Amino acid sequence: MAKVVFKLGDDISTDIIYPGRFMATVLPTETPQYAFADEVEINAKLKSGEIEPGSCIVAAKNFGCGSSREQAASCLKGYDLIVVANNFSRIFLQNSINLGLRTVIAPGLEAAEGDELEFLGDKIVNETSGKEFTIEPLPAARQAIVDAGGLIPYARQKLAEMRTLPPGVAHSR
Amino acid sequence: MGMTVVEKILARATGQAQVRVGDVVEPAVDLAMSHENAALVINQFQEIFEGTGLEPTVWDPSKIAIIFDHRVPAESSKTATNQKRIRDFVAAQGISKFHDVRADQGGICHQILPEYGYVRPGYVVVGTDSHTTSHGAVGAFAFGLGATEMAAVWALGKVLNVEVPATIKVVANGSFGQWVSPKDLILYLIGKISAEGANFRVLEYHGSAIRNMPVSGRLTVSNMSMEAGATAGIIPADEETELYLRREAGVTDDLDVVQPDADAVYEQVVEIDVAELGPQIAKPHTVDNVCGVGEVEGLKVQQIVIGSCTNGRLDDLEIAARLLRGKTVAKGTRMLVFPASWKIYKQALRSGVLADLADAGAVIMNSGCGCCLGVHQGALGDGEVALATTNRNFKGRMGNPKGEVYLCSPATAAASAVTGVITDPRKVGA
Repeated sequence: MAKVVFKLGDDISTDIIYPGRFMATVLPTETPQYAFADEVEINAKLKSGEIEPGSCIVAAKNFGCGSSREQAASCLKGYDLIVVANNFSRIFLQNSINLGLRTVIAPGLEAAEGDELEFLGDKIVNETSGKEFTIEPLPAARQAIVDAGGLIPYARQKLAEMRTLPPGVAHSR
Repeated sequence: MGMTVVEKILARATGQAQVRVGDVVEPAVDLAMSHENAALVINQFQEIFEGTGLEPTVWDPSKIAIIFDHRVPAESSKTATNQKRIRDFVAAQGISKFHDVRADQGGICHQILPEYGYVRPGYVVVGTDSHTTSHGAVGAFAFGLGATEMAAVWALGKVLNVEVPATIKVVANGSFGQWVSPKDLILYLIGKISAEGANFRVLEYHGSAIRNMPVSGRLTVSNMSMEAGATAGIIPADEETELYLRREAGVTDDLDVVQPDADAVYEQVVEIDVAELGPQIAKPHTVDNVCGVGEVEGLKVQQIVIGSCTNGRLDDLEIAARLLRGKTVAKGTRMLVFPASWKIYKQALRSGVLADLADAGAVIMNSGCGCCLGVHQGALGDGEVALATTNRNFKGRMGNPKGEVYLCSPATAAASAVTGVITDPRKVGA
């Protein structure tokens, strides 16, 4: 069960998620402090430590529009959040998958802050309202990266296939 | 079945006769571009090699371009240290297409790539910047991606798991009215199809308005295709593309002028008559919140910005100079001009355009991204309004969530600088 901790609207840009002025900070261990830095209430709640890992952000359409900055995905991953949206902007979705930030596409989802969501394969059950909503599967090309545990292990497998490994070195996951 | 331009490019880049929408492909990359965020790419690149016993070397140092533009010169010790790490990496890996903080080679990445002929028709171009769509202007399939995906490109020379996107055909016919420009066309299109109207899709541009447009204007159109969510905004190459690459960029190689098949399949066709267009404005805080200039005319503006990868080219600066010559920037308004590259800066310096702008009161800034993304000079104060030729007006974009950014063409920005309020350039210009 995952609790909805923030309910957001349409077109939440990467400038909202991770303002440009913090882009010189790149380490995934350091980016979470600036998540939603200009949305002071969200930022304070995130930093308070009161949010359980595995909690949800629920947004409407076009979540993550704008810049390709990967910090927008890494800062949310740092809090182990799940982002559920009606749909995502392409680059943000790809960055999330590459880094292992859990993203769920649910076009018709209705949920309010405080609701408890259950993820059951291809559907979400809002345990608070009792309603069920369909999850749109990830495109096949992206699911392969999720299955590999993210793009770094996936690329490492490909690298081993493409370049001759020195003798005695096993393929690393 | 016929193919669109991007389908043809992807077929070539994967060694296939045909690709179809939805196919998963791993296209070979012709150019991989990064800016200061290469600091993060380097971390991820080294992590890919961890435990493999392989030396972390890039697949082809001649196909990687790194341009410092977001924070030049460095605004903080953190940025300076990132830039230093990148310089060391560039030297160690032998990356030749490197543009440091120098007036003989610097500028905004999306201007440097075409200016130096690094991008060509038919190329697969990727960049760790969403506005990499810009290079569709010369007929390349160019798209943005994140740092980890770029790290994989540096290691492997290809993009993993690309789904062949559907294409929307945009046909723009007619002639622009006076003081109406390609920026007004792309703002109008984004307003029409919405900020997610082309998400996961390619915009392919046709029509007489596009054919008659110089590469400078095409770069504006392709650049802002991203703001409709497009993976790419491609303009099939023609004589103008070839002329630009030969004359401006000094390219002498044969060019692969990829054209769509007559029976290519498009998801949708959007037609626009540009003769009907007036100056457009994107109101805060989304780029698809577009209206005609008349709707917001008279709104007081504290900061005018001309520049960015969208509209900081020589013709943009010339339009501004024509409107400002012999006039002055209104009291209570400040105007910042960021030439898109040092080549453009020096051309405008020598032609007197910069002097004209400075005489009118405009501040000539260093070539770079400047205040567009709120990280390097030109931040807004609480409650202030900016009118900018840049590409985004998201809340907080210009360094302050309590400021507002309106987007427009260079002509509208310059005309409004004179009056201090949002102004229709057709009422100021002769």
